Amino acid sequence: MSLADRQPHSPADSIWNPTAETMPRAELEALQLERLRSLVERVAHVPFHRDHFAHHEIGTHSIRSLADIRRLPFTTKNDMRRHHPLGLLAVPRKDLARIHGSSGTTGKPTFVAYTARDLDIWSELCARFLVAGGLKPEHTVQVAFGYGLFTGGFGLHYGIEKVGAAVIPAAAGNTRRQIEIMRALDPEGLICTPSYALTIADAARDLGIDPRSLPIRLGHFGGEPWSEDMRREIEEELDISAFNNYGLSEIIGPGVSGECSARDGMHIQEDHFLVECLDPETLEPVPEGEPGELVITSLTREAMPMIRYRTRDIARLYREPCSCGRTTMRMSRVTGRTDDMLIIRGVNVFPSQIEEALLRVEGTTPHYLIEVSRPGTLDEVHVKVEIHPEIFSDRMDRMQSLCERISREIHTVAGIRAHVDLVEPRSIERFVGKAKRVLDKRNIQN
Amino acid sequence: MKLQQLSLFLENRPGRLEAPLAAIAAEDINILTLSLADTAQFGILRLIVRDWEKAKRILEQDGWVVNVTEVVAVDVLDRPGGLAAALKILEDADLNIEYMYAYSLRRGDKAILIFRFEDPDRAVQVLLDKGLHVVGGEELISSTS
Ligand SMILES: [Zn+2]
Repeated sequence: MSLADRQPHSPADSIWNPTAETMPRAELEALQLERLRSLVERVAHVPFHRDHFAHHEIGTHSIRSLADIRRLPFTTKNDMRRHHPLGLLAVPRKDLARIHGSSGTTGKPTFVAYTARDLDIWSELCARFLVAGGLKPEHTVQVAFGYGLFTGGFGLHYGIEKVGAAVIPAAAGNTRRQIEIMRALDPEGLICTPSYALTIADAARDLGIDPRSLPIRLGHFGGEPWSEDMRREIEEELDISAFNNYGLSEIIGPGVSGECSARDGMHIQEDHFLVECLDPETLEPVPEGEPGELVITSLTREAMPMIRYRTRDIARLYREPCSCGRTTMRMSRVTGRTDDMLIIRGVNVFPSQIEEALLRVEGTTPHYLIEVSRPGTLDEVHVKVEIHPEIFSDRMDRMQSLCERISREIHTVAGIRAHVDLVEPRSIERFVGKAKRVLDKRNIQN
Repeated sequence: MKLQQLSLFLENRPGRLEAPLAAIAAEDINILTLSLADTAQFGILRLIVRDWEKAKRILEQDGWVVNVTEVVAVDVLDRPGGLAAALKILEDADLNIEYMYAYSLRRGDKAILIFRFEDPDRAVQVLLDKGLHVVGGEELISSTS
C-alpha cells in the first residue's frame, strides 16, 4: 500500500487519457461541435427527436456553433417514461449489448440501452476518473454498489478492470460481510455511496473494530449528493482519501465527471458530454460559476443518446484551469435537486443547506432528518438531530443553547426558522443506498 | 468527597425513562437517587448509583449517551431556613451552582442535597471550611442500605 495514494494534493497525478483530458480548448470545442452535428444526424430518425426537430425546424444545418445547442429542445425524465421502454433507441435492437435501468422515485423503471461501443466508452470514462483519483493498476477495489439494473456496480466494475486493478464485486448491502471481505482481502479501494461509507464505519465499531484499521485507503463515492464536511468525516472515520464522481443512468451512469487530486470540482469528460448550467425556471444559462440545473447532451452515445437532458441536479460549472493539467471544465458537487427543493413558507430550501448548517455545529452527526408539516395553515420544519457524546451535557442550559445554535445556523444558511429536535442515538433510520433526509408530511397536491 | 453522577439523554416520550432504569436494575445495581430535568422535547436523567462504572458500561452497551460529572452531596438541616443558610455560604464564596436536587432519603433532621458546581473541588473546600457536612459515596451508600 503506497502512501502516495493518500496525498490528496499529490502533484504526481496520473492522467488516463492525456489526449482527451488535456486537449487544448479550441480543439476540444471543435471536436464537440463536430460530434454534436453528427449526433443530430444520428437521432434524426428516432420518432421522438424527429417530431421535436420538425416542430422546431431543426436540422444539422441549425448547428453552426456550440451555442446553437440552445436551439435544440430538451429531453426530460417524463419523455423517457412516455417512450417506455426503449422508444428513444437510435440503433436497431439487435445492436444492443446491455440494458440498464433507473428505479426513479415514481414506480416503473426507465431503461437505458448500450451498444458494445457505448460500453467501451463507459469503461474508459470510469477509468479516467478512477485514475484521476489515485487508482493504480496494482490496487484491489471493493465495489459495494448494487449490481443489477442500477448502473453504479457494473459501470465502476468495468472501469476498474480497464485500469488494470482487481475488482471485488461485493455488491451492495450486508455490511458485516463487507467488513469481513475487506479484512480478508485487504483492498485499497472502496466504491459505494458516501452514506454507506459511514454505515461501514459505524458497523465496524459495533463489531469492536477500529474503522481506521480497515485496509481501505482510497474511496470513490457517488450516487448521491454529499457535502465537503461529510467528506472530512468519512476521511477521518475511515482514514482514507475520498473522491467524488458524478453521473446518472439516463446519460450513461457514473463517468460524466470526477475529481482529480486537486479535489476542487469534478472534471467533466467534455469530449463525450456537452454540459449546460441553466436557471431551472427561465431555462436561460446562469452566469458562469452560479448554481443552476445541469442539462447534459451525450455526444457519443450510440444506443440511446440524450439531447439536452434535464438532470434536475443543481451544481456550478467553472472553466478556470486546474492545477492537475486537465483542460476540461469542472463542475461543483451537486448541491441540490430541483425536485427535492422544499418550498417552506415560500422560501426555497435544499436539504443540503440544512446539512451545511448542521455541520457548522461541531459534534452534530451526519444523521439527521428534516420533517416538514403543516399543522395549521403554516409550514413547520423540525430538524431531528441525533445526540452524540460530544454534544451531550448534563446541563439543561447547555442543551438548550445547542438547539438554539443549530436553529440559528439553519436560519443563516437556509433562511428559515426550524425547530431542532434532539433525538436518541441510532433513532434515525440508516439507509444502505441514498439516505432519506426529508419527510414531507404536508398533504399538498403537486 | 465528590460523587460521580451519570447523566443520560432521553427523548421525552412515554415509557422512555423505564428502559435505562430496567437495564441497571437487571444488573443488580442500586440506584441511590435520580432526578430528571426535562423540556417538552427531551430530558436529562441524572443518576447516582452504587457502581457507576459498571452502570455506565451497561447503559452505553445499550446505546445510551452517558456522561459522567462530579457532584457534591451536602447535609442540610431539614427545617425552614436550612437550605437558605447553605445557599448563603455558597453565594458568599462566589460558587456557581449549575443545578441542584434533593437526595431521596432523609437522615433524621437532615436532608441531603446534591449540587452540581462549576468548580466542585473548591466547593467542597468551602463547605468543609464552613462546617457543613459533605456526604461521601461510602456514607451515602451505607445510609441507604
Ligand atoms: Zn484537476
